[in-house]
Amino acid sequence: MTLDRRSFLKLVGASAAGLPLIGRAAELMPKSGKRVVVIGGGYGGTIAAKYIRMADKSIEVVMIERNDHFVSCPFSNLYIGGVITDLNTLTIKYDKLAANHGVKVVQAEVTAIDPVAKVVTTSKGTITYDRLVVSPGIDFRLDEMKGYDAAAMEKMPHAWKAGPQTVLLRKQLVDMKDGGTVVMTVPLAPYRCPPGPYERASMIAHYLKKNKPKSKIVVLDGNPDITSKGPLFKKGWKDNYEGIIDYRPAKKVTEVDAKAMAVMVEGLEEVKGDVINVIPPQRAGQIAVAAGLVGDDKNWCPVNATTFESTKQAGIHVIGDACVAGAMPKSGYSANSEAKICATNVVALLNGKETTELSGINTCYSYITDKDAISVAGVYTVKEGKIIAVPNSGGVSPADFSATKIEAIYAESWLKNILTEMST
Amino acid sequence: MTMKWRGWVLATGALAISALAQAAPPSPAMLSNACAGCHGTNGGSYGPTMPSLANQSKEAIEVAMKKFKSGERSGSIMGRLAKGYSDAEITAMAEFFSKQKLHPTTQTLDKAKIAKGASLQEANCGRCHIEDGKEGKDDTPAMASQWLPYMQMQMADYLSGKRKMPEKMKEKVDPMSKEDLDALLHFYASVK
Ligand SMILES: Cc1cc2nc3c(=O)[nH]c(=O)nc-3n(C[C@H](O)[C@H](O)[C@H](O)COP(=O)(O)OP(=O)(O)OC[C@H]3O[C@@H](n4cnc5c(N)ncnc54)[C@H](O)[C@@H]3O)c2cc1C
Repeated sequence: MTLDRRSFLKLVGASAAGLPLIGRAAELMPKSGKRVVVIGGGYGGTIAAKYIRMADKSIEVVMIERNDHFVSCPFSNLYIGGVITDLNTLTIKYDKLAANHGVKVVQAEVTAIDPVAKVVTTSKGTITYDRLVVSPGIDFRLDEMKGYDAAAMEKMPHAWKAGPQTVLLRKQLVDMKDGGTVVMTVPLAPYRCPPGPYERASMIAHYLKKNKPKSKIVVLDGNPDITSKGPLFKKGWKDNYEGIIDYRPAKKVTEVDAKAMAVMVEGLEEVKGDVINVIPPQRAGQIAVAAGLVGDDKNWCPVNATTFESTKQAGIHVIGDACVAGAMPKSGYSANSEAKICATNVVALLNGKETTELSGINTCYSYITDKDAISVAGVYTVKEGKIIAVPNSGGVSPADFSATKIEAIYAESWLKNILTEMST
Repeated sequence: MTMKWRGWVLATGALAISALAQAAPPSPAMLSNACAGCHGTNGGSYGPTMPSLANQSKEAIEVAMKKFKSGERSGSIMGRLAKGYSDAEITAMAEFFSKQKLHPTTQTLDKAKIAKGASLQEANCGRCHIEDGKEGKDDTPAMASQWLPYMQMQMADYLSGKRKMPEKMKEKVDPMSKEDLDALLHFYASVK
């Protein structure tokens, strides 16, 4: 197993110019006592960092995040639909997390993990750890979406990581002429946030109905059917967006042509749009792939169902979208719940104490209109080493839509609380 | 570089031994922390329509969860979630939250209504909602510093019959005006 330096760097996504050619970058912060390093300051990472410190102040926690702020994907579809007009309410900073809990926040890009030496390399230097928690979210399998390069992303935004891409998609919708066609592509599951694409279709349709009534949205779904809350979305679309949402299942998009503003279904059928939202197939964040944390599928990271420790690399825990968490879906709430379970057990392992079995929750709301939302909720446990939903619990909103108004109100408090948890 | 990669391969072979060890059943904190995504860290809520659970009476949480579980009390997702827990787990969570410090909320409240509520509360509600609502008799929920929008939604459910009032509460509430009831909720929300 030899790999030349250039392909190694390509693998970890680092630029050759940014790193010294020989040897390791300087140690950024020498370690004295027990230290956990957390990669990622999103839904999973912030909570893991905070809860480790809440459980044991003697453990030093260093959280490494490439940005100085984080924009929430949850509720970003409402921004795209014009229901909320400001991304600030979806944005958190890390100053209070640092001040309240003593989490050391390092703004840097992690470019490599050495699981043997227990060192992560960042754009600012190396950092050693006793245990590592990896919550990098997702990256895209661009080799499965021909033509979807960096330039194409600027013309056909994915908006599957919230921030500038979200703003771009919103702007394109606003600039589109009435009578235009929006095209959205949905990748094969598993991907980040199963109901997310359908909530987005709803929010775009909500905007079109109000502002551009002659327009429509074509949803090209690679899956055989809506992957989450299916009957509820179908009812919501029938009640509100008849003739606006054109849902086409089993249409896997494999290629885009940014110049022609077209996508190709299975390389055969061409579909053109005035605005095109390409949601590409996904896998664990690149750093997890580079560090050899992904399983046989080469996409997602298998973990122990109690500790979220990687089954590929000892001492490294993977949480959030990047990991395979059995029945727990790839959602922000799951990431939050997994982070706490992981934190509890990381502290136990560092202190040589007994670990604790998982008990987790997911709750996820999706908006259909500006005033109607539907939800899915679940409680999780472990059986024979696998994370399963507790039998006869959980499920989706009532089929008759009797709770959609109240759920739209509850969803706002959901966001407020979960973002406050992450940032204070 | 070659060295490093050999190291990686070695590490891949060495599976985590700790993974095979036995784990203790979910602790009260393990169970309760999962709720905090919606109810706030340690049950201190910042979302005006989701109640704080911190410092809530143990019995009140137990009763609420069991009613959610049986369907007697409706809640959009709480019924679905409560079904995921055994009675012993519910008790463990109730105990966990009852031990957390009161979570003082910052809310915009009407001063006149607070004053009016203050004058009404002792005679009308004080037998069960004791200590200005900081505590509750038996399974009566504590209401001090609870979110006003949450309490208003609950009161609306009581008045519409969607949520069943305890007999003693009904006796007091029935003759009261909506304004008086709202004043009372303002008062309890204001207690720190
Ligand atoms: C449109 C949309 C709507 C959604 N709605 C909901 C919803 O309503 N409810 C819900 O529960 N979930 C929702 N989700 C899903 C939710 O956003 C994800 O499940 C959640 O963000 C996963 O958390 P995470 O920690 O795995 O990743 P993230 O939250 O994405 O955090 C990963 C962080 O790691 C950082 N990072 C990655 N690699 C590196 C590196 N090498 N160096 C430094 N930093 C790095 C990233 O910058 C990022 O900040 C939605 C998703 C989308 C796309």
